[in-house]
Amino acid sequence: MSVIDWQPTATMATLRERARLLAEVRGFFAARGVLEVETPVLGHGGSTDLHLASLSAAATTPAGRERLWLQTSPEFPMKRLLAAGAGPIFQLARCFRDGEVGRRHNLEFTMLEWYRPGMSLEGLIEETAELVRCVLGRGSGDNPGPLRRRRYRELFREYLAIDPFRVALAELRRLAEDRGGLEMTDASRDDCLDLLISLEIEPHLGRGAIDVVVDYPASQAALARRHRDPEDGEWVASRFELYLEGLELANGYDELTDGEEQAARFAEDNAARRAAGLPEVTVDRRLLAALKHGMPEGSGVALGIDRLIQLALGKESVAEVMAFATPRC
Amino acid sequence: MANYSTNEFKGGLKVMLDGDPCSIVENEFVKPGKGQAFNRVKLRNLMTGRVWERTFKSGESLEGADVLDLDMEYLYNDGEMWYFMKTDGSFEQYPVEKKALGDTEKWLKEQVVYTITLWNDNAISVTPPNFIELEVTETDPGLKGDTAQGGSKPATLSSGAVVRVPLFINEGEVLKVDTRSGEYVSRA
Repeated sequence: MSVIDWQPTATMATLRERARLLAEVRGFFAARGVLEVETPVLGHGGSTDLHLASLSAAATTPAGRERLWLQTSPEFPMKRLLAAGAGPIFQLARCFRDGEVGRRHNLEFTMLEWYRPGMSLEGLIEETAELVRCVLGRGSGDNPGPLRRRRYRELFREYLAIDPFRVALAELRRLAEDRGGLEMTDASRDDCLDLLISLEIEPHLGRGAIDVVVDYPASQAALARRHRDPEDGEWVASRFELYLEGLELANGYDELTDGEEQAARFAEDNAARRAAGLPEVTVDRRLLAALKHGMPEGSGVALGIDRLIQLALGKESVAEVMAFATPRC
Repeated sequence: MANYSTNEFKGGLKVMLDGDPCSIVENEFVKPGKGQAFNRVKLRNLMTGRVWERTFKSGESLEGADVLDLDMEYLYNDGEMWYFMKTDGSFEQYPVEKKALGDTEKWLKEQVVYTITLWNDNAISVTPPNFIELEVTETDPGLKGDTAQGGSKPATLSSGAVVRVPLFINEGEVLKVDTRSGEYVSRA
């Protein structure tokens, strides 16, 4: 007879701590005049990102039977609020990413996402680090160390002795095969770089410091603007990722506000999805319309609050800070 | 055999890799911020016992391996093969080669039950029970009175294993030994 595992994956003490830390987060934004908002989990459009698998639901609405997408982040509706003149906003939003279950992942999780119209990416990096310090300080009380900026390119030079922008694809594939122990014959540049950063660089980041990686390859810009690398004029993404204890905690953008550019990137994504044999995702035409109307320039960031709580409470997995992790949902 | 996708990889699942049956030890889902997802997997090669660390693209799959652990009693050795018998009442016997027997050879005793790992119905490894009782066949004479502390000496057991034992142990005595560490536990 098997025993049914009905019990929570977090202890009651952890759930009380979690509630206290979420109250801290709300206090952090209240003190800065950032408005808390709630937007729908379901949408007519979804994320076209090649590497995110969206879930969808069949729903009956006034329009009849429709397919609605579960959000992978609250980015699109929040940007529509920005275009409508919301000013600075934040949300603790439930997000869904199919297939992502593990020590650091759960199929549904809570994203802390916030937008700062008029703020530079640099300003948002500072604020994100302050939020991280605030939550850690109310948790374990450990000081994560100083904020360090690490350029994507410099990290590859330091840990792998290659220039990720200049190295020949054949050499990059050989290196990825060697370090990963898998065949990468048909892999793209980005696939190789993703594998190498995951295996060889991420584990070293955020040790004794809050590491913020900047100047990603332009091909990994997603919904961020692009700018020229001062070193040699190469296009790079105006995007950052924040790491602590080898964990990726946050991903921030100098937000793309050009609706046409955004529409082109969605189309590129869906073309890549078709080529990879993946289902296409309905493009969010309301987001495109909002961008066309005009969204204020500014920065935004998404932070995996479950991971930050995990670190603040000294736990080993996100499951330990969630009432019921996916295997027990 | 069925195929298993990376999201079905769990500790203990038996799969084929590079032609050898392997048991999954650990499976970690790895995903950079916006990139391709991978699974970092540790697998024990059941033929060699060695642990491999491999990376798979998430969603890739491996063929399952027809691997089974069965309890079997050791019967005899005919000079070439070692013979074990199922304990389920079928009296079915399995020959085991020296390569599959490996280090377990020195812990063999008739009528003791071992765990035999079968791959496609062939024995590929033999695991002894954690504790086994064996007779001392050769050791220096015991020292009277020395029952509590100090010193040890080598003793050869009936199965051929050599273990360190306390000085008071004599030939002919039966000892309890831990097969995992190869250490003396007590008199039986």
